[in-house]
Amino acid sequence: MTTARQGLTGLLDTEAIRKDFPILERELHDGKKLVYLDNAATSQTPRQVIDTLSEYYEQHNANVHRGVHVLAEEATALYEGARDKVAEFINAPSRNEVIFTKNASEALNLVANMLGWADEPYRVDHETEVVITEMEHHSNIVPWQLLSQRTGAKLKWFGLTDDGRLDLSNLDEIITEKTKIVSFVLVSNILGTVNPVEAIVRRAQEVGALVLVDASQAAPHMVLDVQALQADFVAFTGHKMCGPTGIGVLWGRQELLEDLPPFLGGGEMIETVSMHSSTYAPAPHKFEAGTPPIAQAVGLGAAVDYLSSVGMDRIAQHEHALTEYAVRQLQSVPGLRIIGPTTAEDRGAAISFTLGDIHPHDVGQVLDEQGIAVRVGHHCARPVCLRYGIPATTRASFYLYSSPAEVDALVEGLEHVRNFFG
Amino acid sequence: MYQDVILDHYKHPHGRGLRDGDAEVHHVNPTCGDEITLRVRYEGSRIEDISYEGQGCSISQASASVLNDLLVGKDLGEAQKIQGVFLELMQSKGQIEPDDAMEEILEDAVAFAGVSKYPARVKCALLSWMAWKDATAQALDQEAKTA
Repeated sequence: MTTARQGLTGLLDTEAIRKDFPILERELHDGKKLVYLDNAATSQTPRQVIDTLSEYYEQHNANVHRGVHVLAEEATALYEGARDKVAEFINAPSRNEVIFTKNASEALNLVANMLGWADEPYRVDHETEVVITEMEHHSNIVPWQLLSQRTGAKLKWFGLTDDGRLDLSNLDEIITEKTKIVSFVLVSNILGTVNPVEAIVRRAQEVGALVLVDASQAAPHMVLDVQALQADFVAFTGHKMCGPTGIGVLWGRQELLEDLPPFLGGGEMIETVSMHSSTYAPAPHKFEAGTPPIAQAVGLGAAVDYLSSVGMDRIAQHEHALTEYAVRQLQSVPGLRIIGPTTAEDRGAAISFTLGDIHPHDVGQVLDEQGIAVRVGHHCARPVCLRYGIPATTRASFYLYSSPAEVDALVEGLEHVRNFFG
Repeated sequence: MYQDVILDHYKHPHGRGLRDGDAEVHHVNPTCGDEITLRVRYEGSRIEDISYEGQGCSISQASASVLNDLLVGKDLGEAQKIQGVFLELMQSKGQIEPDDAMEEILEDAVAFAGVSKYPARVKCALLSWMAWKDATAQALDQEAKTA
């Protein structure tokens, strides 16, 4: 195995990084070292974020905005400070374009609902079309199905090629003058594919359609520059990028956020309220009704600081090298079929596969007995499983603290699975 | 968890394949995509056949094989009793250590005791049993309507 690892360049010093993640010290099942390869589902939390959360609750906890006491002012400054950090992290032109949600699903649903209630020219109705892709997570399928059922809009999608990429051969037929929005994933959570944003954005702009990019599997792993993407909205979630659960982000272009209607009504999203009607606060507050996830936003700010201190470009480089190694080593396992691109080119560090006829649940269970945590099932992307004629997959997904030794552990674990069910 | 009995049933399932039946159901376990199509055939209250086709993990498929072994040829009342005991075992969260009396009723199905410790897998073990219960209800319903 050691020789196979030679020539890997760009790896991070994972030994040092792992010291920041207390959970990675855990031993399972009578002393087996945890090999955590379920990062596409959720990432682990560094000490820096855990400490920030503790300190927030121990020293600063209060509800945000409108308070005149010290704690309220501190909590507000921390919450709004987190917005600044996130805005900088994604290169947003303005901090007011960063809306905190509870997760990426809520961010995607928010856009679908904005457009359902919007006036022209944004309004989605029975004469218009919505475009997604066959590799979307359910969170970027179901909100559009709901919108289409409620408005009569036609839902269309891009299919997939046999090697796990978007089939854009009919780009001009799928995205047409009737298209109001194109919503697609930047990095697939099941296939690992990195999608060609530019081609899709160019066509969408030609026909005047809005573009929403689901960056849930991109924000944790690569430099995310919302201006370079040229999208209109970008959604992602905190807990996949070293932050806590319960916090997500919707970035949207300021003029759109000004024009589009709110979805949830409540405290903090208003300007004035009478018994007959209300006027709304400017974005981002217009879209943040009620007490927000304060500690979680502050925690996300700390996560963004942590990731930036390592460097997103270096994290991307590390994962690219690891992915290259992993796809090579995995393909040496007899009977293993990667579902998705089989090289590291334009590919993220989530690798789905099947192993002969052995059901992924059995694969995952026997790996777990060896301390290896992977995810099994359809990964909330059931249409992908249907497309490739498989009931489910086993998915190993890596992050900045994952090491080549863990890839080796996975490969050895899979040999054990084969012997067990062979 | 993976007792030899379970692996044996998984690799060499008993009674697999779809045959004539009075009712057919299709059940899925959405968390992992286990699927089963199951038919029951009754002669009066006697279970003449339980035939099935499915795909899924070893637990779900072995459980269907054990179900076929245990229930075919039984009277409905007896089968319901066995189903009740199996359900109790699977919902025990690993707290029930099957004794001789239970083993007499459940036979090979006691091998699933270990599965009850894994909440994510209990549904796999119960899939075919819930399908049988559903198919039986439909078969009885039809009989009542035609009678």
